[in-house]
Amino acid sequence: MRDVVVAGIGQTKYGMLWDYSLRDLAALAVIEALDSNAVDKIDSIYTGNFSAGTFVEQEHIGALVADYTGFVPLSSTRVENACASGAVAFRTAFNEIASGFSDVCLVLGIEKMSDVVTSEAVYSLSLAGDREYEGYQGVTFPALFALVAKSYMHEFNMPRRALSQVSVKNHENAYSNPKAQFKRKITLEDVENATMIADPLTLLDCSPISDGASAVILMSLDKAKELNVEKPIRVAGIAQASDTLALAHRDSFVSFGATVEAAKKAYKMASKNPSDIDFLEVHDCFTIAEITAIEDLGFYKKGDGFKAVLSGELNACGKLPVNTSGGLKAKGHPVGATGVGQIITLTEQLRGIFEGCALKNPKSGLAHNLGGSGSSVVVTILEVI
Amino acid sequence: MVKLSTPRSWKEKKHRYRFIGSLCSDCSKRIFPTRKRCPNCGSKNLKDYYLPKKGKILTFTIVRTAPDGFSDFAPYPLAIVELDDGVRLMLQIVDTNIENVDIGNNVEIVFRRLYVEGKAGHIIYGPKARVTN
Repeated sequence: MRDVVVAGIGQTKYGMLWDYSLRDLAALAVIEALDSNAVDKIDSIYTGNFSAGTFVEQEHIGALVADYTGFVPLSSTRVENACASGAVAFRTAFNEIASGFSDVCLVLGIEKMSDVVTSEAVYSLSLAGDREYEGYQGVTFPALFALVAKSYMHEFNMPRRALSQVSVKNHENAYSNPKAQFKRKITLEDVENATMIADPLTLLDCSPISDGASAVILMSLDKAKELNVEKPIRVAGIAQASDTLALAHRDSFVSFGATVEAAKKAYKMASKNPSDIDFLEVHDCFTIAEITAIEDLGFYKKGDGFKAVLSGELNACGKLPVNTSGGLKAKGHPVGATGVGQIITLTEQLRGIFEGCALKNPKSGLAHNLGGSGSSVVVTILEVI
Repeated sequence: MVKLSTPRSWKEKKHRYRFIGSLCSDCSKRIFPTRKRCPNCGSKNLKDYYLPKKGKILTFTIVRTAPDGFSDFAPYPLAIVELDDGVRLMLQIVDTNIENVDIGNNVEIVFRRLYVEGKAGHIIYGPKARVTN
């Protein structure tokens, strides 16, 4: 298997981008990624996109992307794994390059969510869950994670404040990130007094509806050397795992089995332990998901994650910075783009060019992208060469 | 309006109207809805069986912001229920003051209106649960 590196990156701002269509966003992110290391020859394209069919009434996004980024007649494929679509597209391209089948791939993550009203967006998002056997009971995505939060609070006596602290921290981190959707610091009281969506989760425990696109140029290490790519970032480990489509069918509601499984495989591939990782971008679609993620990824014992949040050690200046980008909560969550956006944050931090809560000389970072109620998970470990 | 079409609802009559699940003849795994291959052992020897009508709440939430088609019920409790034989499923909790719903509550399955679909207003029924303790 060949070494694969992130060579180029580009992304739009995340947010309610009223003036930009799905096609505009695709082109903007891809042009920036191509310009970032002056590559103009690629072998194939993979696009992570969750639900353009319901958001903008357009399927066949593979061909659309090739067309509107000027890459016809290249092979161009759309990949869908709910909120993990971006990371799955990245992993698909990784496999193609590692196997020697291609030298350079373009990976795009994209979602245009604001062309529909909120109730329709909520409907689209609900399709990532088990529509037939959970959705039919009136389940929403906040409700699924509220069930997890309630179970966790019951089992480990977690105070509501720990959830609030995740949101406060991630808004704090997003404040200095020029690409973030929310540039507004919030207080614990703001979170707790916000509209209740599904107990115990309020509006400020939930990631927003967002538009955005993130693009990455992935290539073999040999190709990067040939092209004199500056600061290529190596994909040290990457793994994907699945779990039941319905949350109710799990043995545990406080741990996501797919995260545990994908992490185990990614650490093995990278020959690393959690103690070798300097910082994380985790899938905080809801505040509780950040707490379960840092435990399932092996950084804290089950039931101790919320204590780490409260102690401040997950802050940008803390022992284990988590979501320096602002996370899904405050950077924004254009569903298909998120997994690729996390890779961009890791790459920028590792290259020392992150605009925002920049870390001091990190050597290795981990991204955790979760789909649905934890039914698909990708864990990726990147490192400085 | 809920966008689950009438033919799709019709195919669910076994699960929604008769409350049937699968029992694996090889490893005794029980699961709802029915499967064609056992998620535990991979066996294809699965048979239909009637699920027990009693269970308990493992975790719950109160849905305050309901999706389209469910706002008439809001706020409504939603729970993951473990039936007496270990099968787990998602159910709305009805006939119970929302303040009284809690983890560990005993429940029984009841047959209720789920939602109305399409322009014709086809009413879809199915299982929900009621607290009994």
